[in-house]
Amino acid sequence: MNSTPQSEFWRGVRDTLPLIVGAIPFGIIFGTLSESGGLSLWGALAFSAIVFAGSAQFIALGMVSAGATWPVIVLTTFVVNLRHLLYSTTLLQQVRHLPQRWRIPLAFWLTDETFAVAVRHYAEPSPITHMHWYYLGSALIMYFNWQLCTMIGIFFGRVVPGLEEWGLDFAMSATFIGIVVPYLKNRPMIAAAIVASALGLALHGLPNKLGLMIAALAGVATGFFLEQRLASNRITEVGEVR
Amino acid sequence: MNEFLLVGGMFLVTFLVRYLPFGLAGSLQIPKPLQRALQYVPVAVLMAIVAPAVLIPQGDSVQLSWQNPHLLGAFAAFMAGWWKNNLLLTIVVGMVVFFISRLLIGRF
Repeated sequence: MNSTPQSEFWRGVRDTLPLIVGAIPFGIIFGTLSESGGLSLWGALAFSAIVFAGSAQFIALGMVSAGATWPVIVLTTFVVNLRHLLYSTTLLQQVRHLPQRWRIPLAFWLTDETFAVAVRHYAEPSPITHMHWYYLGSALIMYFNWQLCTMIGIFFGRVVPGLEEWGLDFAMSATFIGIVVPYLKNRPMIAAAIVASALGLALHGLPNKLGLMIAALAGVATGFFLEQRLASNRITEVGEVR
Repeated sequence: MNEFLLVGGMFLVTFLVRYLPFGLAGSLQIPKPLQRALQYVPVAVLMAIVAPAVLIPQGDSVQLSWQNPHLLGAFAAFMAGWWKNNLLLTIVVGMVVFFISRLLIGRF
């Protein structure tokens, strides 16, 4: 099948639609909670339009309502979004040949969702051309949807009473579980998930989302060291066979 | 709270981690061990967010019980994800189970 920029763009849009199912309620609940969380109308819109990072926006909103200072919130945002460093490093091969006028917007629009579909698309056996158009399609539908849902949440949150109690925040959990499950294929990865979850729970009460940071870093360390140990064990075993 | 500084700061750190590898392209060499470690970042960060959201839905105490719709929905989503490696199915199953058990069990 020959791909054109247009066909790849629309494939990117289409493949991202499943993740939109989770992003819609999540975006709406962000908009709904933004006012009671202590953000102004323009602050809430700017969060979605300028920062554009679902889970970090949600966590920051919780910290604003808990009275955290802005440098602490920015630092937490940095740690929570550090995973994007992996995403952009992984996708580097696909954007390397592109001029900066492509790379800058593609970097800005990088999300868990677009990374998840782009990596799958790239792993397909048939040779792929116009990869950046696929990425752009995925990114734009995510961005457009996120702005729309934030606005719907802000405005309907004031009209529909009790919208924040519908449990729409569960959409974030469901989406993240959908993204995490395909990774859980080996012991280091599963151990990283378990340690991060357990510490995330145990340290939940710490101020300034410190528990989240410690849990995430401990999870990464667990996976990394377990992988090193398994690798060195394998080398020892091979040595003994000889 | 200065929203201007907050949004500006959040934008800068977020864009920085997204753009750094893209921007430096060829000249950036991430050391091998760091690359290995980075592999675990998404799972660790997302699980550190999901676990409390699911098990401490009210933000006060751990609800490790079948009366917790968040836990039931998350469990269903995990099972669906393992069964079929399909994002839409995982998300929809999780949300449907969550909303049904919420209706049956009541609010959490």
